Amino acid sequence: MAELLQDKDRIFQNLYGLKPRGLDAARQRGAWYGTCAMIEQGGDWIIDQIKASGLRGRGGAGFPTGLKWSFMPKEVGNRPHYLVVNADESEPGSCKDRDILRNDPHLLIEGCLVASFAMKAHACYIYLRGEYVLERNRLQEAIDEAYAAGLVGKNACGTDWDFDIYMHHGAGAYICGEETALLESLEGKKGQPRLKPPFPANAGLFGCPTTVNNVESIAVVPTILRRGADWFTSFGRENNKGTKVFSLSGHVNTPCNIEEALSIPMKTLIETYGGGVRGGWDNLKCVIPGGSSVPLLPKEICDTVLMDFDALREHQSGLGTAAVIVMDKSTDVVKAIARLSYFYKHESCGQCTPCREGTGWMWRVMERMVRGEAETHEIDMLLDVSKQVEGHTICALGDAAAWPIQGLIRHFRHEIEERIDNYRAGKPVFVSQGLEAAE
Amino acid sequence: MSDLRKINIDGTEHEVPADYTLMQACEEYGGAEIPRFCYHERLSVAGNCRMCLVEWVGAPKPQASCALQVKDLRPNRDGTPANIRTNSETVKKAREGVMEFLLINHPLDCPICDQGGECDLQDQAMGYGRDASRFAENKRAVDDKHMGPLVSTVMTRCIQCTRCVRFITEVAGVQEIGLVNRGEDAEITTYLEQSLTSEMSGNVIDLCPVGALTSKPYAFNARPWELDKTESVDVMDAVGANIRVDSRHDAVMRIMPVNNDDVNEEWISDKTRFVWDGLARQRLDQPFIRENGKLRAAGWDEALKLAAERLSGDPETIAAIAGDLCDAESMKALKDLMDNLGVKNIDCRQDGSLIGTGTRPSYLFNTTIAGLEDADAILLIGTNPRHEAPLVNTRIRKAWLTGDTEIGMIGQASDITYDYDHIGTSPADVAAFVKAIGAKSVKGFAKTFKAAKNPVIIIGAGALRGKAGLALLAEIGALAKSVNAVRDDWNGLNILHGAASRVGGLDIGFVPGEGGLSTDEILSAAAQGAVKTVMLLGADELDTSKLKEAFVIYQGSHGDNGAHVADIILPSAAYTEKDGLYVNMEGRVQMGARAVAPKGQAKEDWAIIRALSGHLNRVLPYDNLGALREKLFADHPSFMSLGVALGVQGAAQFDVAAIGAKGDLSKEVFVNPVTDFYMTNPIARASTIMAECSALFESGKNMKEAAE
Repeated sequence: MAELLQDKDRIFQNLYGLKPRGLDAARQRGAWYGTCAMIEQGGDWIIDQIKASGLRGRGGAGFPTGLKWSFMPKEVGNRPHYLVVNADESEPGSCKDRDILRNDPHLLIEGCLVASFAMKAHACYIYLRGEYVLERNRLQEAIDEAYAAGLVGKNACGTDWDFDIYMHHGAGAYICGEETALLESLEGKKGQPRLKPPFPANAGLFGCPTTVNNVESIAVVPTILRRGADWFTSFGRENNKGTKVFSLSGHVNTPCNIEEALSIPMKTLIETYGGGVRGGWDNLKCVIPGGSSVPLLPKEICDTVLMDFDALREHQSGLGTAAVIVMDKSTDVVKAIARLSYFYKHESCGQCTPCREGTGWMWRVMERMVRGEAETHEIDMLLDVSKQVEGHTICALGDAAAWPIQGLIRHFRHEIEERIDNYRAGKPVFVSQGLEAAE
Repeated sequence: MSDLRKINIDGTEHEVPADYTLMQACEEYGGAEIPRFCYHERLSVAGNCRMCLVEWVGAPKPQASCALQVKDLRPNRDGTPANIRTNSETVKKAREGVMEFLLINHPLDCPICDQGGECDLQDQAMGYGRDASRFAENKRAVDDKHMGPLVSTVMTRCIQCTRCVRFITEVAGVQEIGLVNRGEDAEITTYLEQSLTSEMSGNVIDLCPVGALTSKPYAFNARPWELDKTESVDVMDAVGANIRVDSRHDAVMRIMPVNNDDVNEEWISDKTRFVWDGLARQRLDQPFIRENGKLRAAGWDEALKLAAERLSGDPETIAAIAGDLCDAESMKALKDLMDNLGVKNIDCRQDGSLIGTGTRPSYLFNTTIAGLEDADAILLIGTNPRHEAPLVNTRIRKAWLTGDTEIGMIGQASDITYDYDHIGTSPADVAAFVKAIGAKSVKGFAKTFKAAKNPVIIIGAGALRGKAGLALLAEIGALAKSVNAVRDDWNGLNILHGAASRVGGLDIGFVPGEGGLSTDEILSAAAQGAVKTVMLLGADELDTSKLKEAFVIYQGSHGDNGAHVADIILPSAAYTEKDGLYVNMEGRVQMGARAVAPKGQAKEDWAIIRALSGHLNRVLPYDNLGALREKLFADHPSFMSLGVALGVQGAAQFDVAAIGAKGDLSKEVFVNPVTDFYMTNPIARASTIMAECSALFESGKNMKEAAE
């Protein structure tokens, strides 16, 4: 069995909220320690350290964070720079940012200061998911504490760097988690993704150079700088370095958020922290390894796959937000994916054609397939339609809607065919009557 | 020279300007055809229809060619120029996919759709779509929206390209159309389904690539392929918008814009577009003679004979006034006839202004409409361009929106779709502004205006009525001089005329001769009996009550104000029924064309005057329009340069300080000449569509609104 991450190496020491979350307690856990010294080393040093740490964005796409920061203009021209933190965590299955926001907010605020300084931004906006009301209150509390202690605001942390941090509460649209839709929403417009290029680093918030980062990407920065890039790179495989908060949900005995090293075997992760699959490992049917938008993996792959960007990609899935959704053999997997299709149909912004029209089409065909009320050739048609959506849209929501269906057809085509056969033979089709969440 | 980049389009290398979009590059250099729905040259790029996808070899996804610029392309790894494919299998598949998505929820109601035959979706589905549908679900239905009396909606057909949203927001300048809801529930609507209030709203009908927004008055009237299309010029205002008159047999079915970057781009105002039903109503279709206070039908011979009798009296007691919609040829013929008779009481300025007797730049819109885009400060004096010339207003808005152009206004405040500094309201405020510019410390808009490299002054013709108008013009001349608005390379002095015929009339010299009477003088002389016979050539915007004592010969197309007081009516052709030259406010000579025949016994204006000259035994020396034009060109060479505006050419010899005549400037507030945009001429007043718009927008302005 692979070696597990030790408690001392966990960045989020209060992920579960078992300890006080206030500034003093956060300080005792190491937050805000040596922040001034980091800043005095200069922005280039910070960016170099983050580059050296191999930190890849934690929001889903896995783009190297240090590289992203280096895209910002080197000098501030006539437009101010902004850091925007994407706390619009809405991916079904993902709940890691939520625990950071409500239990360890000071790490995030400190990260905002350091990252903003590195990118020469005097202002940082945190765009919070609409449904996160408790998190909003707690984060605001923490920001107020930080202001009162002089850690942010004018002459933040005694570094001569003026830094303001604003929290913006969204209205609960999934699409606003897409970085450019988030910027539109933050500007007070309708949350619809923008065309890229121009990329936000050139023209982002209010047309100014902007970097949008996930909560976790920012929150881990101060600890990486404190403990050194070497420490961070000691976890995980090459190109997949560091620790990561995994969200385990579904048919595991103990669903949880857990910070672990990247490249941990999926089986170890589920067995150790999730308390195993309900009914034992052999009762596993499939796993969605990275939040609802990545293709599912059947048990055969789950037996051996490592939880990191590259390993999952090799299996035509992805790490996404590392939200592991476990499904045991009682799952009606066709129905499960149909439910996800409904979600994407519901959350499509309607701006561009393939996603607006395709998501609804795919969902309707999926619903028929759940009942078996389809033709066998329609499976291939559905796959083709999903390919017509994928890669043809302005943002990645089209891809996200297509991938779960592609994963389903790739690995569970036989189940769909069986249903169609049964339906045509007049055999009753079992459709699980699982509880559905309200929208 | 602009920055050029090498790219490879469909296997051939091209050097393309870096700021071109891929679409432009592929079409202009690669000779490819890129299908599109949402992209429009004159609107911002939305990139949402995804129809214009092209392949960038090496990129993971196909790219939207309308949005990606050439400079955003990276060369290949080996340093060769980026490869763009517009005809590969990937592209074909992508287009088929998008086309299929657009069609799955689009109704198959082409046979009953007014867009049929000129529908982008129809055409591109033929060119780029699959042969059959794979969609087995129910189609989406969308409730139709109310957008007012002009735009009809069938929203199920909408493909959410948002062209209408962008046009109304960007060009028309009213934020009244939007996309509500999201995903497949997204719908285009006006706010709370209120009527569009823009005078440019009809353009969304042209912009809509499908049959979602169609023309309400034209609904189910004709199919595009059965219409005869005649390119002509609009006469609703002095812009001279280029139009296409679509007719079937003897009826004008609709009016569409024709692209002309110098004049109307590709927009026309609602009045221009929807006035056509007025061409079939209230028409004078045979000569009339008033007997015992009542008009009776008469023959041409009889009417002309009587008119000749009346016109052969003492020239001092005869007058002629030309109206707003006249073509240059008819005014030329009438002037020649009056000169022949020795009549000096002629005027083409029925609004009572006295301008236009100097050199051409003294009464033209010298900056030119397109030239407004180069302006960095614009001062509007006594004008509401939104109502007097909507397309000039659109240009000002464009300059304001895309550049750093600042705008000031002296006149009645109103919503003209852009922000402006309201400096004053009366002619006296113009003098105050001139003083402010000359002062030691210049502040506010005066400072901007003084510092402007290309300042523009626009004076509404309505502000220049009478002697006071000349005084104002003199003051404005001084203003132009003080900010150096007229120099060799820039002419910033502009008169905004409201009438299509005005500049042509002034060019011909259709103004009082030596000792002759001007419009106002003619009217008062007629009321007093000094002028006994008045010939009105389509002149209806006069105080006709003063003509009751005089013998009025009205020559025109519509039974309007002029015909009501007429003793003889000579029916003539409307602007769609005759060939004619019109000179717009810029001094641009444009040719109108005959699309349909005149109504009943009506004849073309110049021909009536020519016939009249025969009855007077003073035969005019032309037997056809060609000969008349030759005479016109010989007497007034400016008419020979068709389609060209004078612009800055006349600036060098133009002594701006000499215009107008010094006088007192009143403190009375400027009154805009257009009180009802939809009712400015006899054709518009005859139109039921215009009447409906007028009732809705002009009379309804003070309507109470419900609370939210």
